[in-house]
Amino acid sequence: MARNVKLWPAIASLLVALMLEVLPLPEMLNSWRPPFLTLVLIYWCMMWPNKIGIITAFFSGLALDVLCGSLLGENALALSLVAFLTSRFYLQIRIFPLLQLTASVFALLAVSSFIRFWIDGIAGLPSTGYSRAFPVISGTLLWPFIMGLMDRLRYVAENRKSSLF
Amino acid sequence: MALSTAEHDPGLFRGSSAGLRFALIAVLCVMLMVLDQENKHLVEIRKGLSFIVQPVVYLVSAPSSIGDWLFDTLASREELQEENARLQEQQLIMSGLLQTYSALKTENDRLRGLLDSTEKISDKVLIAEIVAIDMTPFRQSVLINKGSFDGVQVGEALIDAEGVVGQVTRDRQVSAEALLITDADHAIPIELLRNRLRSIAVGTGEIDSLTLPFLPRNADIIEGDVLISSGLGGTFPAGYPVAIVSSVRSNPGQAFLEINAKPIALLNRIREVLVVKTQKPLAGLATETTTSEPPTTAIEADE
Repeated sequence: MARNVKLWPAIASLLVALMLEVLPLPEMLNSWRPPFLTLVLIYWCMMWPNKIGIITAFFSGLALDVLCGSLLGENALALSLVAFLTSRFYLQIRIFPLLQLTASVFALLAVSSFIRFWIDGIAGLPSTGYSRAFPVISGTLLWPFIMGLMDRLRYVAENRKSSLF
Repeated sequence: MALSTAEHDPGLFRGSSAGLRFALIAVLCVMLMVLDQENKHLVEIRKGLSFIVQPVVYLVSAPSSIGDWLFDTLASREELQEENARLQEQQLIMSGLLQTYSALKTENDRLRGLLDSTEKISDKVLIAEIVAIDMTPFRQSVLINKGSFDGVQVGEALIDAEGVVGQVTRDRQVSAEALLITDADHAIPIELLRNRLRSIAVGTGEIDSLTLPFLPRNADIIEGDVLISSGLGGTFPAGYPVAIVSSVRSNPGQAFLEINAKPIALLNRIREVLVVKTQKPLAGLATETTTSEPPTTAIEADE
């Protein structure tokens, strides 16, 4: 029971990431918006693979779909795939040095971006060219910082003696 | 394989392998997408889910709402007086213009009566604000702060002080999603103010341009022509300004003109919009016109 109660850092960070996904940005920065939700999800799938997994990914993706008005299930599918791949290979990824880890995150982001691109193509949205790659690049560059922040959060959660959290 | 993974983390793979679970979820996602594509099977589910995520919308747009409130509250007396003076001046000009407008309207109604044509129905409007959240990046869409609780319905037109903005595509309880006229999937029936030439203006996916792909090379259209909504199709009310033609190019190899137009409404700077509630014609009229206007009947059948 006590193990389940400790989910709060994951839930809280996923919620914050969800908000960052729709936070109004200037037109120029909007196409470069890093995929915060995907990044945070990759982190928790890697670190807590038996607490956060495909189901969490599905529901966060669904929330994002409803929130930003995309096709219902689009982000849910992309995030579930990322969660599946991460929890499949977490033992390998987790012990990588930071540079290699960032490279794996780049691959995961590229896969999720491709899934969205593919679905948008089938749904009849126009091709937007290179701008699909911008979030992948900005997300990869942001990963070390997200990782540092999340590590600190996880450290607090795992070493806290208080029974409250 | 299932055994070896179960050794590592007994919590994750309860009975089923992750692969199977992912396959099930993927099938579920694909089913959801196929059903949602037509925008009518999952309407209620979407509404329910959007009610759950509404707190996130409030939280994200809170800084800008609080900013507005602070700006209003902390504005200095001089600023308020200045704004008041400016608004009064504007009000005076507007009411001056309205006097001639009401005379014209009466005259128009009388002439229409003489011609035995149906009376033009005036539109009701509802003021809404654009919620400060960014919607999906590959669509031109916005969220407004009035929803089905306020009487907003799918298909109602959005205008601002300058011209047509878009139309409501999904209603939530206390907000509604609207597609802008510049979205690549959006088309609006228009006519030229100068010679009433009718056509359709299609969005390009870029916030500041529309295109008119269906005009033949001999069409009478020049740069600077004003496009107004024609009211055909029943979604947009007639007579609102839509765009100004910015370029007309005639390519000898092609049957149609290449025309670009710039929306009159400042689509990326608007804060407040009017939701135009087009009133349905009387029941007797509707039955008369059903045979001649298939698009209208299709819209009514959907509702």
